Amino acid sequence: MMNSLKFKQILIKNLSELSLSFWIGLILIAIFISLALISFFWTPYDITLLEISERLKTPSLNYILGTDHFGRDILSMIMIGARTSIAVAIIAVGIGLIFGIPLGLIAAAQRGGFIDDLIMRFNDLVFAFPALVIAIIITAILGPGAVNAILAIGVFNIPVFARVARGAALTQWSREYILAAKVCGKGSWLISIEHIFPNIINILIVQGTIQFSLGILAEAGLSYVGLGAQPPIPSWGRMLADSQTMISLAPHIAIFPGMAIVLMVLGLNLMGDGLRDFFDPKLKGSGK
Amino acid sequence: MSLIKVENLSLKINNNKILNDINFETNAGKILGIIGESGSGKSMTANSIVQLLPKGSEISGRIFLENQDLLRFNENQMCKIRGAQIGFIFQEPMTALNPLKNIGDQVAEGIALHYNYDHSKSLKLASETLDRVGLPQKQFSLSRFPFELSGGQRQRVVIAMAIATKPQLLIADEPSTALDVTTQSKLLKLLKRLVIEDKIGLLMITHDLAVIAEMADDIIIMKNGNIVECGATSILAKGLKNPYSKSLFDASNYRPKINQIQKSEKPLLVINNITKEYEIKQKGFFSKKKHFKAVKNVSFQIFEGENVGLVGESGCGKSTLTRAILGLDHVNDGTVVLDGDIIVYGQVKRNSRKKLQVVFQDPYGSFNPRHQVKKIITEPLYLLDLKMNKSDIQDLVAEILLSVGLKPEDSDKFIHEFSGGQRQRIAIARSLIIKPKLIILDEAVSALDVSVRAQILDLLSKLSKEYNLSYLFISHDLSLVKSITNRVFVMKDGEIVESGETLEIFNQPKHEYTKSLISSTPNLNSAIKKLM
Repeated sequence: MMNSLKFKQILIKNLSELSLSFWIGLILIAIFISLALISFFWTPYDITLLEISERLKTPSLNYILGTDHFGRDILSMIMIGARTSIAVAIIAVGIGLIFGIPLGLIAAAQRGGFIDDLIMRFNDLVFAFPALVIAIIITAILGPGAVNAILAIGVFNIPVFARVARGAALTQWSREYILAAKVCGKGSWLISIEHIFPNIINILIVQGTIQFSLGILAEAGLSYVGLGAQPPIPSWGRMLADSQTMISLAPHIAIFPGMAIVLMVLGLNLMGDGLRDFFDPKLKGSGK
Repeated sequence: MSLIKVENLSLKINNNKILNDINFETNAGKILGIIGESGSGKSMTANSIVQLLPKGSEISGRIFLENQDLLRFNENQMCKIRGAQIGFIFQEPMTALNPLKNIGDQVAEGIALHYNYDHSKSLKLASETLDRVGLPQKQFSLSRFPFELSGGQRQRVVIAMAIATKPQLLIADEPSTALDVTTQSKLLKLLKRLVIEDKIGLLMITHDLAVIAEMADDIIIMKNGNIVECGATSILAKGLKNPYSKSLFDASNYRPKINQIQKSEKPLLVINNITKEYEIKQKGFFSKKKHFKAVKNVSFQIFEGENVGLVGESGCGKSTLTRAILGLDHVNDGTVVLDGDIIVYGQVKRNSRKKLQVVFQDPYGSFNPRHQVKKIITEPLYLLDLKMNKSDIQDLVAEILLSVGLKPEDSDKFIHEFSGGQRQRIAIARSLIIKPKLIILDEAVSALDVSVRAQILDLLSKLSKEYNLSYLFISHDLSLVKSITNRVFVMKDGEIVESGETLEIFNQPKHEYTKSLISSTPNLNSAIKKLM
């Protein structure tokens, strides 16, 4: 009883230390996530029905964000598009985390050795290709689609997490408590899991939010060049691409999906910044 | 007219009282020692004078430097005082210098700022100042970088930076604590000389009574932000009045009883001709590889139940030797045999690990900050073959926490909830839990306050008797080693230069190096005899 009370107090105290930018970011992201969730049950209009008579309508009470050149409601498309964007970004970051962190931890445990070199040079190799090129290669082999976009972005995330994990782990390996664990006979596997990983997780969370926003951008970029989700599944990037030819006629069909991308990425970056400050003990307490 | 006068100084940081009604004054050419344990507010007193305080500080009272009331000055005015009229020397010479600037530029920086000299003129003054602190330009060119200097030499550069602009007041915050004893004694002599030559008032902050007894004219003893006792240094000899300062005095002089051991015939640890070389980084790609011998042909034995000291200054190879004994590092030559089993890097048997544990110096870095105490101290149980059930482990944790003077309830806490001394107790608990035969104490009490140190030494002495433990006590501090060990090895430049019974070595040192070590260790008793 006593303990849970104390825990609550500590939690509230810690939450109050989170910066304003974190909360703004969190609210932005929460809006998009709830839009995506609502779209599973309800959207203002069915986006598979083409209403040519209602094409290129400007925002009005009937169509809050207007309609596109096929007469589809833009708000509905953005809501369903959020689903695609978020899913692609989450899975892609997940791929990066699942493969990148163990690779980074292994490299740090074998620091200076052959395996370390092998992993890190392979990372350099992946880094040398832009994500778009990897995506084109994958699409050339497997054909375009959301799954392949996820793969392309995910593969590009692996070396990012591997590098961050290795760098953070290296500083932990030089600490005395690692020596103490070695004296207790623990090998590098056990030390990596038990001691290193819990102590670098904060850095990885922050990197995760940054990669998440990059993932959303990358998905938009891939869809824009036609390598992402295929019609009729809407995606923010392809909405932008479709609007290109009509931008002088009806600017709103480009502005709204563009704004959705900007706000989502901004929200994630703000949250990432806030989290980084929160986890960095050096910045704690000097914020105000 | 006193040089600096502090009246009714009080300080609150975020509404926590840090300093309470501090009053003192000192004159030019005098040394005022401020003594206290960590958290006593001694550093905050010094920081208040130069107004380098953390955010959220509320300061009240008056601080006079000659006629100027420093607390009425704004930040711009203080910038002109700091460096020009008040010099500051920090504790850690490794971090007090900018690693990317050579020493000439670093000393010249302050000169150029406060005297408005051009670069060549301030460099000239900088080189004169460096000459005064014992770094003549012939041997130590101005273009050297901090990493090319030893700790003591760096601290001399810091002193040169502080005195270059001829300040009236010099504040030295633990200036010699991070240094070896021989370096420390040279540095203290230098400071004393500068005080007399330049008629500087020196505020010397330290936790070491022996240092202050040799140096200061007046002393202040602080506890919890209050001054508990003050007066001329001779009050140390006449006898202190306040119970806290008395206990501090006793702790500084503390010697636990050495366990008189039955001389066991069975060697526990045998070290045979250990040699360890490091490759020095090549300058050019094709130049020949060079080697540096960190440990040269070291051999010694430790018998069961015996406490052995290994003394040496930084860079003498003690840490390398420790790592070799623990099997954490490869050795070039020689063997380490523990209780009949050879210890080889990378293939240490579980059986050997069980007999050997270690306590590290840093009470902050040697624990995983995300683990609870019970998880920390049960880590060595991993070495036991039989798996214990939960309630057995709980009982064992409670027992071991009690034996090191902590409470069983502490097992659920995290490490940041403990003080430095308590953490060191936890480190000892961790090393004790599997009942090893030998514990290596690597500067295990060096980072602790004197009163806490006395308690830990007592604890170690008690545990050694109870569990028939052997200690290998590694330290740079002779007085510590003297108080707890039966035999001592003195190490220098990777070699053991002298070894024998502790008392014999202290009373009749034979090797020159041992003699200089003993004579430069600050000694409270002899300092007090001089004051009488």
